[in-house]
Amino acid sequence: MHSEDAVAERPWGALFEGDRADGAIYRDPALFDAEMDRIFKQTWVWVAHESELPGPNTFKTGNVGTSPVLITRDKKGEVHVLLNRCRHRAASVCEKKKGKQSVFVCPYHGWSYDPDGSLRKVPHRWGYDENFDPADYPLFSLRVEQYAGMIFATFNADAPPLEEHLGAARKWMDLFMKQGGGFGVKVLGQHSFRFPGNWKIQLENTTDAYHFPIVHKTFLDSLDEETENVFDVLGQGGWVEDLGNGHSVMVMIPSLIDLEADLEAPIPDRFADLAAELAAEGHDDMTVRRLVRAVGGTGFNLNLFPNVACSMAFFRVLRPIDVETTEITHVAIGMNGGESVGPANRARIRLHEHFQGPMGFGTPDDAEGWERVQRGVRAGEGMPILVNRGVPAPEGTAEPGHDAGDVSSEVGMRAAYRMWKRMMEE
Amino acid sequence: MSAVTLERPAVTLADLTAFVWAEADLLDRLAYKDWLKLWSADGLYIVPVERGVTDHANAVNVLYDDAEMREMRVKRLLSGFSMSSAPPARTVRTVSRFVETARSETSVDLRAAQVIVEYKYERHRVLAADVDYRIALSADGLKLARKVVTLINCDDPLHGIGYLL
Repeated sequence: MHSEDAVAERPWGALFEGDRADGAIYRDPALFDAEMDRIFKQTWVWVAHESELPGPNTFKTGNVGTSPVLITRDKKGEVHVLLNRCRHRAASVCEKKKGKQSVFVCPYHGWSYDPDGSLRKVPHRWGYDENFDPADYPLFSLRVEQYAGMIFATFNADAPPLEEHLGAARKWMDLFMKQGGGFGVKVLGQHSFRFPGNWKIQLENTTDAYHFPIVHKTFLDSLDEETENVFDVLGQGGWVEDLGNGHSVMVMIPSLIDLEADLEAPIPDRFADLAAELAAEGHDDMTVRRLVRAVGGTGFNLNLFPNVACSMAFFRVLRPIDVETTEITHVAIGMNGGESVGPANRARIRLHEHFQGPMGFGTPDDAEGWERVQRGVRAGEGMPILVNRGVPAPEGTAEPGHDAGDVSSEVGMRAAYRMWKRMMEE
Repeated sequence: MSAVTLERPAVTLADLTAFVWAEADLLDRLAYKDWLKLWSADGLYIVPVERGVTDHANAVNVLYDDAEMREMRVKRLLSGFSMSSAPPARTVRTVSRFVETARSETSVDLRAAQVIVEYKYERHRVLAADVDYRIALSADGLKLARKVVTLINCDDPLHGIGYLL
């Protein structure tokens, strides 16, 4: 660990200039510590989707940067993000991944906390004098705000409001949530895995269509011809667009931007059985069309700096562990319509398993590629990482005034690194 | 002696163990095409992400493979175009602690322990798992009807796995 002063003295921002980065951005442990302070403790970090806290007194555990947190919904429905650390002598107050409970009791000396973080009771109170007031020792509470069902937290009291931070990305979050098919979006389960590489390697990947046909050839080869055409991500006039504050969108399949458009179009052959199953559940024709069109997710990846992406049909969450270790969670989402949408959600789960996860047809090759970056960057000190790819976006696609490039461009990476540089220089 | 009335001798734990060991040997040798032949047509190969789940069809799994998915998976792993599988980590596995948990006219259920050590890029990793087998007693011998591999850490972060468990 480096002291605060040593971290402050280094000109970290200079490691990224224009369209290239110094390889040290993946390797320097002191830089990692500085990033945890200046990025993960300063900006909004995604912690949960609202459906993961389905009612009063529900919770999940997670992390904000390297800090373990408890994400709770109290009995009034209010969401809280609390450091998972007893105010007494620091023991974690909860080690379950998720659940429902109205009190969190520290296992060490029995201090108990309400889901809103207030200290409820201290055993053997007689051992503290009359100046001891439990109201002074709630669990440490972070700022929490939500947009489109996505819950974010920050340590920074002065951070701009979440909606301002998200800015132009909000439009794309709203579009992404249309895959709820009119029922809203619900988390169905998740995969998580770690790879031996820096967190920014994964941050780059969600806006990298260039790698797709090469790294994911075996995934493409496993698809029927119709689906393979849908996944011709470089050949459909897509684009990448800088949305400000490090956020970007990569549109790979422009026809699947708005899942509520073109509902009159014929249902593709590969979804004929699913459509019949949904009709048998009693859904009317329009609902069946909406569900079927939403079943494969959207045609874009929305990268939200620094730790989450709305990636076609799932949330991709990254968690930096140390400078050379990153944890990724692929959160499968579906339609919040109960049993009647069961066939659609099962189809979504099987599609998710097909590509994502430790043994998916896509993820292991991504993970191997990222590890290869971390291995390769040991060589060639001072040689740049290039993120300079891109020709102009097709006419009439990106919003005027936004930096944009073709679908294979590295515009999204440059957007993220510009925000990274701004935060590392602040 | 009633045994003489049986059409064929009952399958013994030794027979079942030999079958499972032969499967493990095929997997360590990447003989995936031969491995496919061990399965019955309606067999399911499942690696869950949560312990204690019984309704795998409605849960997210690491994999949930019917015959079609198994064939596609084998094709992918042997294609030479998957960088995590060309080559995969080397593996050495053992399967032991066999317990017969159920038996019918047509199948036997086994529970066993599996330990795989994988090696790639100068790094060993240990993958321990409980494995539940349903082995069908078919006319052409023993067949895998179901194999559920529950990794000891399935509900925590795993890593990219470029071979079969």
